[in-house]
Amino acid sequence: MARVVVDVMPKPEILDPQGQAVANALPRLGFGGVRDVRQGKHFELDVDDSVDDDTLDKIAEGFLSNPVIEDYVVRRVEP
Amino acid sequence: MRIGAVTFPGTLDDVDTVRAIRHAGAEAVELWHGDADLRGVDAVILPGGFSYGDYLRAGAIARFAPVMERVIEAARGGMPVLGICNGFQVLCEAGLLPGALVRNHKLHFVCRDQWLRVERATTAWTGRYEPGAEILVPVKNGEGAYMAAERELDELEGEGRVVFRYLEENPNGSRRDIAGICDDTGRIVGLMPHPEHAVDALTGPSDDGLGIFLSAMDSFVKGAA
Amino acid sequence: MTSTQPHVETVSHAAATPDAPQPYAELGLADDEYERIRDILGRRPTEAELAMYSVMWSEHCSYKSSKVHWRHWKENTTEEMRAKMLAGIGENAGVVDIGDGWAVTFKIESHNHPSYVEPYQGAATGVGGIVRDIIAMGARPLAIMDSLRFGAAEATDTKRVLPGVVAGISGYGNCLGLPNIGGEVVFDPSYQGNPLVNAMCIGAMRAQDLHLAHASGTGNKVVLFGARTGLDGIGGVSVLASETFSGDESGAGRKKLPSVQVGDPFTEKLLIECCRELFREELVVGIQDLGGAGLSCATSELASAGDGGMRVALDRVPLRAEGMTPAEVLSSESQERMCAVVRPEDMDAFLRVCAKWDVQATEIGEVTDGERLEITWHGETVVDVPPGSLAHEGPEYHRPIARPATQDALRADTPDALPRPSGPAELRDTVLRMIASPNLCSRSWVTDQYDRYVRGGTVLAQPADAGMIRIDEETGRGVAAATDCNGRYVKLDPYAGTQLALAEAYRNVATGGAMPLAVTNCLNFGSATDPGVMWQFEQAVRGLAEGCRELGIPVTGGNVSFYNQTGDTAILPTPVVGVIGVIDDVRRRIPTGIGAEPGETLLLLGETADEFGGSDWADVIHGHLGGLPPAVDLRREKLLAEILVAGSRDGMISAAHDVSGGGLAQTLVETVLIGQTGARVLLDEDQDPFVQLFSESAGRVLVAVPRTEELRFTELCSARGLPWRKAGVSDPESGRLEIQDIASFTLDELRQAWEGTLPALFG
Repeated sequence: MARVVVDVMPKPEILDPQGQAVANALPRLGFGGVRDVRQGKHFELDVDDSVDDDTLDKIAEGFLSNPVIEDYVVRRVEP
Repeated sequence: MRIGAVTFPGTLDDVDTVRAIRHAGAEAVELWHGDADLRGVDAVILPGGFSYGDYLRAGAIARFAPVMERVIEAARGGMPVLGICNGFQVLCEAGLLPGALVRNHKLHFVCRDQWLRVERATTAWTGRYEPGAEILVPVKNGEGAYMAAERELDELEGEGRVVFRYLEENPNGSRRDIAGICDDTGRIVGLMPHPEHAVDALTGPSDDGLGIFLSAMDSFVKGAA
Repeated sequence: MTSTQPHVETVSHAAATPDAPQPYAELGLADDEYERIRDILGRRPTEAELAMYSVMWSEHCSYKSSKVHWRHWKENTTEEMRAKMLAGIGENAGVVDIGDGWAVTFKIESHNHPSYVEPYQGAATGVGGIVRDIIAMGARPLAIMDSLRFGAAEATDTKRVLPGVVAGISGYGNCLGLPNIGGEVVFDPSYQGNPLVNAMCIGAMRAQDLHLAHASGTGNKVVLFGARTGLDGIGGVSVLASETFSGDESGAGRKKLPSVQVGDPFTEKLLIECCRELFREELVVGIQDLGGAGLSCATSELASAGDGGMRVALDRVPLRAEGMTPAEVLSSESQERMCAVVRPEDMDAFLRVCAKWDVQATEIGEVTDGERLEITWHGETVVDVPPGSLAHEGPEYHRPIARPATQDALRADTPDALPRPSGPAELRDTVLRMIASPNLCSRSWVTDQYDRYVRGGTVLAQPADAGMIRIDEETGRGVAAATDCNGRYVKLDPYAGTQLALAEAYRNVATGGAMPLAVTNCLNFGSATDPGVMWQFEQAVRGLAEGCRELGIPVTGGNVSFYNQTGDTAILPTPVVGVIGVIDDVRRRIPTGIGAEPGETLLLLGETADEFGGSDWADVIHGHLGGLPPAVDLRREKLLAEILVAGSRDGMISAAHDVSGGGLAQTLVETVLIGQTGARVLLDEDQDPFVQLFSESAGRVLVAVPRTEELRFTELCSARGLPWRKAGVSDPESGRLEIQDIASFTLDELRQAWEGTLPALFG
């Protein structure tokens, strides 16, 4: 068993209304100095050792993310 | 009686709420999210919609709008406040009501005519109904499933603070079929369904929702007497 | 930042290097089109100019393959029809006078390919685009409808596309606060890989508030407002419509970028309210939305419709991405943007309104007394063109037209020999199978995801035949709208099939009690370079134009989408027809379900013949498509509409439902289920029950009349020469639909069959 983390983020050139809304709210709440916010998704997968990186990549690209508008990063973290 | 309806950027049902207030015979006061005072209203309604796009969590940003400071103050001072749908979410985010509204169990937006039971007819917003009355009003939400810790739910039930419950099919996976709740004074009420869309059988499934607005006027008269 | 400053080509550089090779072909421009650009400019275009011409002269923007057929609209619009139109073809959207000083504007637009690539965002931005078209007319958008086509319901890709499209429409439309009041969902294998997402928006305004897109008045300011400009959909429009379309991102020399755009409905909602206030305060001279072709389109259309030229400082455009070239800024399809022309003395007030709504607004240029559209980038001229050459003088093609050789065989393959159900048991089974089929079952899995209540003006919505909204709260004046198209009919006979689409949309509007007033369309076809497709197209346009003339209602606008095909296989030709109508008082609308009155008589208006070509029965039971579609009689449709409207006005009709796909059986089932009231039905003893239940003869409506009105209403029909027959009575006690001597169903059993299909397929 291993813990795998997949972070999915909107591609840099893709409009991110969610992140924008948070970024716009921060100054109103008195938090200055935050220049940009982007909002993504964080997945934690517990996988058997038999699952290789290639498979994880396929899961991340074909299912967890939408490759048309999102990038992803797969990380194996300690079990 | 003057009832305020708050418009946040992204509020959608303010028009309907204002119409319903007038239909009931009260004076509607349009309040803006940036307002620093409540312009002498006797009660406030936070209408439905997608305030600030609901992009962080539903109601999470609206809760910090300038007008909300005054609403929270007034509510703590005993002013009747009603949150409908997104307004309910704002009240929960603001801590005026317990619990939270989460994504519907089927993961998509649901708009349909829904039977509700009025579980408590002694709040500032439900006095017109018979206890146990069954009413038909639209429900429409994407994040409408009421959720709270089991202990909190028990407490709400025990204190008679469940105001509305879904009948027949639960539209969003709400715990214990809860459609609306109130604070411990019965003056702050939040519900997911939309009584403002059910004030005229021509444009809604019934006029059952009108009772909410008439109730507010009754409690105002009672308070004044 | 300086390291990413792009290379910028100026006009003088282009003039000095006439022989530099340019990637016009990759941008979808043909050799002769490129030559024409050089002729117009008297030199080769700059990169920015080339980008503008390629996008403005694309099929999508210039209608270069379809424009020559527009004469059919003109030739078939009489003075009387024109009189109702305040704005017609060529404007952002058509506008018609509905009386009492009110005007209604409406339009349908396709967003087909983007919805295949990224269903959620494609459909969402389709809604966003059509709504901005309506805002740009000076109207408040009031309702939306969607006409959707997907591949086979069971197909794997449909499970990806349909839920995404529906969620996109729901996510965007609901967040805008616009009720979704109807539309269509149709499945056919030909749409696999080519789903159709046609979004319609309806708006209203006081007639005097009509705003048209033009830039006039030398010295007036050009203001860009709304969202920032990013790398969204660069090259999307021209790729979308280019003949060599292969689904890849963009032309040569460009960054590898996604061609999808992401919508922000919250910004659009603010834009709606902001524009309403700008119009109210009379701060706008001319306005244009930024859709496909972005700033290229907005600046050239505004300038060419005005009385002067325009100068734009492109570097002032607020950007979301670094290092964008002028060409990219000009062709970006970033959503939620508008362009306005504002008098200098109104600029402060304009900016104040925008600030109130948190809408970013930037002055990017001004109207000049010249005749050129001149665009600069940090002081250097990168575009200098006659704006009309972009907006209106694009190429026009007479594409070859040829009736497909297969058409005769298709028409000869009639459904007459298909085995028909015989006897009550088989008929009963057929009813249950038909109502559960994907094209006939309940659409509520889809429509329950749309807010139909917001703004409190919705009087009729799905599953009614037409959507209807109240426009004036005092008088109750309202409009109804319907979209329709049966692509199987159109395939069998494009001329008649398109008239059948018109007839059905027209009838659906009248079925709600409204008098049909005007027509819009969204013509979805295969490749414009296929002569067979162009034959279908030409027939369809002619059929629609001549049909409208016969009905006396004008075509106010339209949209064309070609290249909906995979390999050599085109979609079923799908000319979606939208009709709007007016009703003096929405309180007299006719509901769809029976049961509002204690005793109702059911009457079938119109005549039923043995017509099964292109029918749902042939499709569902036999997978057959061939023969001829039902006959169309527009004079009869008009009479039927007049009687329905008269019946509504005099309170003689308590419910009405159109008879179309699936035949009378389908209509009966929906009528009892929507009304939650049983009925006893009598068929005509002299006609085959199968034909009576499943034929799709046009020109028919099932109405319920209160028993007290039966005589008066049937006398009206007889006097006007509209055939009718008594089809049964409502039976509130029974909880059943009983078709005498054939079958009896409980409402629960029908409901299970009708409502179970889409949830089972899509969760």
